[in-house]
Amino acid sequence: MSKTINLTLKVWRQPGSEAKGAFETYGAKDISTDMSFLEMLDVVNERLSVEGKDPIAFDHDCREGICGMCGSVVNGVPHGPQKATTLCQLHMRHFADGDTLVIEPWRSRAFKVIKDLAVDRSAFDQLIQTGGYISANTGAVPEANAILISQETAELAMDAAACIGCGACVAACPNASAMLFVGAKVSQLALLPQGRPEAAKRVQAMVRKMDELGFGACSNEAECEAVCPKEISITNIARLNRELIKAAFGSPF
Amino acid sequence: MNWIIRTLTCSVGKKLIMAVTGLSFCLFLVSHLAGNLTIFKGQKAFVSYAESLHSLGALILMAELGLLVLAIFHICFGIWLFVGNLGARPVGYAVKKNAGGRTLSSAIMPYTGLFLLVFIIIHLLTFHFADRGGKDVYNLVHTTFTKPGYVIFYLIAMIAAAFHVKHGFWSAFQTIGANHPKYMPVIKTVGLVFSLLVGFGFGCLPIYLSLS
Repeated sequence: MSKTINLTLKVWRQPGSEAKGAFETYGAKDISTDMSFLEMLDVVNERLSVEGKDPIAFDHDCREGICGMCGSVVNGVPHGPQKATTLCQLHMRHFADGDTLVIEPWRSRAFKVIKDLAVDRSAFDQLIQTGGYISANTGAVPEANAILISQETAELAMDAAACIGCGACVAACPNASAMLFVGAKVSQLALLPQGRPEAAKRVQAMVRKMDELGFGACSNEAECEAVCPKEISITNIARLNRELIKAAFGSPF
Repeated sequence: MNWIIRTLTCSVGKKLIMAVTGLSFCLFLVSHLAGNLTIFKGQKAFVSYAESLHSLGALILMAELGLLVLAIFHICFGIWLFVGNLGARPVGYAVKKNAGGRTLSSAIMPYTGLFLLVFIIIHLLTFHFADRGGKDVYNLVHTTFTKPGYVIFYLIAMIAAAFHVKHGFWSAFQTIGANHPKYMPVIKTVGLVFSLLVGFGFGCLPIYLSLS
């Protein structure tokens, strides 16, 4: 038999993006410690539905920690207290019986609350559209050994590419800055030869877009790195800075 | 010219201004501290240090103007960033916890900065623009630090400076893109040692003078 715990939830409820929100308190009784955090919310929602109340809206999709859709701020920390873990992979065994959990949506000027805990992160999509890609012609598969890349470089690029775009970095940043996200996207492409031709244009365009979308500026607090479920390092932010300086002073445009 | 303004007014560019001006101030602090420590060699050594500085004439004026320009950029861009960052999260969190990245020195950065601005204005009014009335600079410093209020104010300012430098030093290297697994631990250690030197080095002067 698995252990069960009783919790008190203080959840941010907001009927729509323009509506005024407030915290509502719910009891979450007999929660199995084997449940994930989202499964616990499912149980609470089922009970709310039975009572005829509006269930809590929250973002989720794969529930395997790889899609980047889920995420809420639990007791002041995005994705909750467990390091390198998305909210869907956070299990209730990390909480104690009688705990009170305050659950809030990501807070940022660039991320609007859609409903309750569901947040519009299309600002990230706009950033990707601005430069988070390479232009490649379709055609025959290129020869695999034509461009040699060292294992170390490939690993560094892969570490940056592990970003799932969940937005926890923005939520955790005291300045609501998107520098870790943009740093990861710029890095994964700047590190590889295929990304070099457009590197200067990409970094300038993405930083400009980031400012335009209303994200804050980085002040090297490193809170983003601490909450990132994929443990993306702030060395990627330094690489972004380096790429921008190089692009601004070195490129012809 | 357009590209320079475009670069220096984007979020990364603004931080770049903070980093370059901040590191320049670190160099200034080294020379200022080295000069001030001559006070331990006695009145004569301190007065002759001050006189040799003033004998530089136009050079010292240029250095002062240079520092003023750096200060204007550091203060204006700092406030610009601070206000902009406040606006990036219009609705705050009901509960916000440190996840392990933020330190005391990084959290209070804008406030130590603004406090240091107040300190510098008072510091300049007390020593630089003061009417010495025939007394030498040693006597001026000495009589100032017989007042306990000044000593306490200076000590608080030096603690603020140490915290400001502790986050600012490594942060500047991160901003200019110099975060490297080989060098960052060294940069962080140097920053910590330098901030302690600033705090204790400048802090010991008012204590020494108030006791002597």
